[in-house]
Amino acid sequence: MIIASQLAVLPVITPLVLAPITLLLPKGRASWAWATLVSWLTFAACIFVLKTVAETGLISYYLGDWAPPLGIEYRIDLANALVLFLVSGIAAVVFPFAYRSVELEVDERQTPYFYGALLICLTGLLGVTITGDAFNVFVFLEISSLSTYALIAMGARRDRRALTAAFNYLVMGTIGATFYVIGIGLLYQATGTLNMADLHDRLVGQDNRMVQAGFAFILVGVGLKLAMFPLHLWLPNAYAYAPSAVTAFLAATATKVAVYVLIRFFYSIFGFDFAFMGAAFTYVLLPLGLAGMFVASLVAVFQEDVKRMLAYSSVAQIGYMLLGLSFASAAGLTATLIHIFNHALMKGALFMAVACVVFRCGSHSIHAFAGLSKRMPYTTWAFILSGLSLIGVPLTVGFISKWYLLEAAFGAGHWYAGFLIVASSLIALVYIGRIAEVMLLREPASDGKYVIAAKDAPLSMLIPMWALVAANIYFGVRTELTAGLAERAAAALMTFAGGGS
Amino acid sequence: MERLILKVTTKILFAPIILFALYVQFHGDYGPGGGFQAGVIFAVAFILHAFCFGLEETKKAAPQKALIVAMVLGLMFYAGTGVATMLLGANFLGYDAIDPASTHHAGQHYGILLVEWGVGMTVASTMLTIFYHFTGREPDIDQEDW
Repeated sequence: MIIASQLAVLPVITPLVLAPITLLLPKGRASWAWATLVSWLTFAACIFVLKTVAETGLISYYLGDWAPPLGIEYRIDLANALVLFLVSGIAAVVFPFAYRSVELEVDERQTPYFYGALLICLTGLLGVTITGDAFNVFVFLEISSLSTYALIAMGARRDRRALTAAFNYLVMGTIGATFYVIGIGLLYQATGTLNMADLHDRLVGQDNRMVQAGFAFILVGVGLKLAMFPLHLWLPNAYAYAPSAVTAFLAATATKVAVYVLIRFFYSIFGFDFAFMGAAFTYVLLPLGLAGMFVASLVAVFQEDVKRMLAYSSVAQIGYMLLGLSFASAAGLTATLIHIFNHALMKGALFMAVACVVFRCGSHSIHAFAGLSKRMPYTTWAFILSGLSLIGVPLTVGFISKWYLLEAAFGAGHWYAGFLIVASSLIALVYIGRIAEVMLLREPASDGKYVIAAKDAPLSMLIPMWALVAANIYFGVRTELTAGLAERAAAALMTFAGGGS
Repeated sequence: MERLILKVTTKILFAPIILFALYVQFHGDYGPGGGFQAGVIFAVAFILHAFCFGLEETKKAAPQKALIVAMVLGLMFYAGTGVATMLLGANFLGYDAIDPASTHHAGQHYGILLVEWGVGMTVASTMLTIFYHFTGREPDIDQEDW
C-alpha cells in the first residue's frame, strides 16, 4: 500500500538513505556488497516505476505534501521513466562489476568512500531525471557532479593526471552549473515560478530578451555538462584517468541525463511557441551536432589511448543525439531518446571491456591490446560486438539508433544530414576496426613494457559485461521496449510542446 | 606556560561559541539561522581550539572516526525523518503526519527541528573533516613524483 503510493520517490530515496551507511561498513568487500544491494533495490524500484508509468501514465508526487507550483513536484512520464530505468540498470550492472576493478585501481582505505560516492552520484542522476522542478534539477545536478569530481580524482592512485582531469572537470562543470542557475534565475524573474509545468504555462507568449537570455544560458550550461562539441574539453581526460568502473558508469549515464534535461527544457518548458528555440535548433544544435560527429570521430581515430578514443567517440555520439533533437520532429525526438538508451548500452560494455584489459594488462594504451584475442577471448569479443553496435551493424542496438536517426533526417528534409550520419559511422568503423585489428591479428608486444595477460578477466567482471553485450543484441532485435516506449514518450512530449508530428 | 593569554581566551570562548551555535540551530525555525549556519559555528569552536592547542589535541577531543559517524548520523536523521513520515502515511518529508491532530501544524515544527538537527550534525562534522584534511596534509609532492 505504502509502496504503491510512494513509488515515485523510491528511486531517489533508496540510494540517498542507504548510501551513507556504506561509510560505516568495513573496507573492501562489505561496503561493495552493500552498495551493490542498494543499486539492485534502486533498479527494482525503477522497473516498477517504468511499468506503472507505461500502464497508467503520468505519476505526480508532491514532496513534503506541498502542492506545486510552490512545493517540489516529482513528475514522471514515459521519457524520464525510460531514463530512470536506464541509469539504474547501468548502475545495477556496474556495481557488481566494480569490485575486482576497484580492488586494483583504488586505495583499499578509500573503498567505503568510493562506493558511497558512486551511490550518491547515482542518487543525483536519478534525481535530475525524476524531478519536475527546475531548481531541484540544479540541486541534484550538483549532487551528482560533486561526487563525480571526487570519483574521478580517485583514479590518482594509478595515474596522477586524474587529479588535474578532475580539477578541470570541476572548473568546467561549475561554470556549466552556474550558467544553468543564471538561466533559471532569468526565467524565474520572467515568470515567478520554478515548477516546470507552471513555467511552461507562464512562458506562453513570452519571447522577450530576458527569456531568450535564460534559454541561451541554460543551453550553454547544460551543453557543458553533456559535453556538446566544442564544450567537451573536460570529457576526454576525465574519462581517461578516472577509475575504469567509474568511466563505464559515467559514460553510460551522466551525459545521457544531461541530454534528457535539454529535452525536458525544450519540449516541456519552452515548447514550439517560443520562436527563438527554432533558431537555436537550426543555427546551434544542427551545426554543432554535425561538427561533433565528425571532428570528435576523426580525433578518436588518432588516439593511442583506448579510453581516450572511446571518450572522443562519446562526444561524437552526443552529436547524433543533438542532431536528432535539432530536427524538431517527433521522429527526431524518438531517435534521440532511443540513442540515449542504446548508446549507454554500447559505451557501458566497451568501457567495461577496457576495464577488463586494464585489470589484466595494467594499461589502456592500444599496445596493451595487441594479440589479446588469444589470451582474453571473452573480453575481446565483448569489445568487438559492442564496437559493431557502436558502428551500427544490423542486429545490434546501434543499427536501431541509426535507422531511426536516418528516417528522422530524411523526414525532416535534411537529406545531406542522412549521408553525413552514414559517413561518420564509417569513421567509427575505422577506429573500432583499428583496435579489433590489433586485438585479433597482432602479436603481443614482446618488449616487456606491457604485461601480457595470463588469462581472461575474472567471472565477476565477465558476467556483468556480457549482460550488457547481450542487452546490445537483445534490444537490437526486440525493439518494443526501447523504440516502442520512446515513440510514445516522444509523441507525448511533442503534443505538449505544441509541435506537429 | 607558552601563549598563556591565548590559551585562556580560547578556553573562555569555546563554550559560548557552542552555545551560540545551538542558539542559531534552534532559532532557525523563527528567524535567520538553521542547521547549516549552526553547524559551521559549531565547527568554528573546534577550529579555534586547533589553532591554539594544535591539531593533535583537537583530534583527541573530536576524533576523525567519530566525525564520520556524526556525518552519517546527521544524514540519517534527515532522511530518517522523511522515511518516518512516509511510514506514517504522508509523503516524503510531509511533516504534518508527525502530529496530525494538531490544529496549528505542530508537526511542521517538530519535523523541521529534526531535519535541521541532522543538517547541523553533518555540516559541523564535514567542516571539521575538511579542516583536518587541509591542516593535516602531507607536504607538497616533489616534482619527480608526478
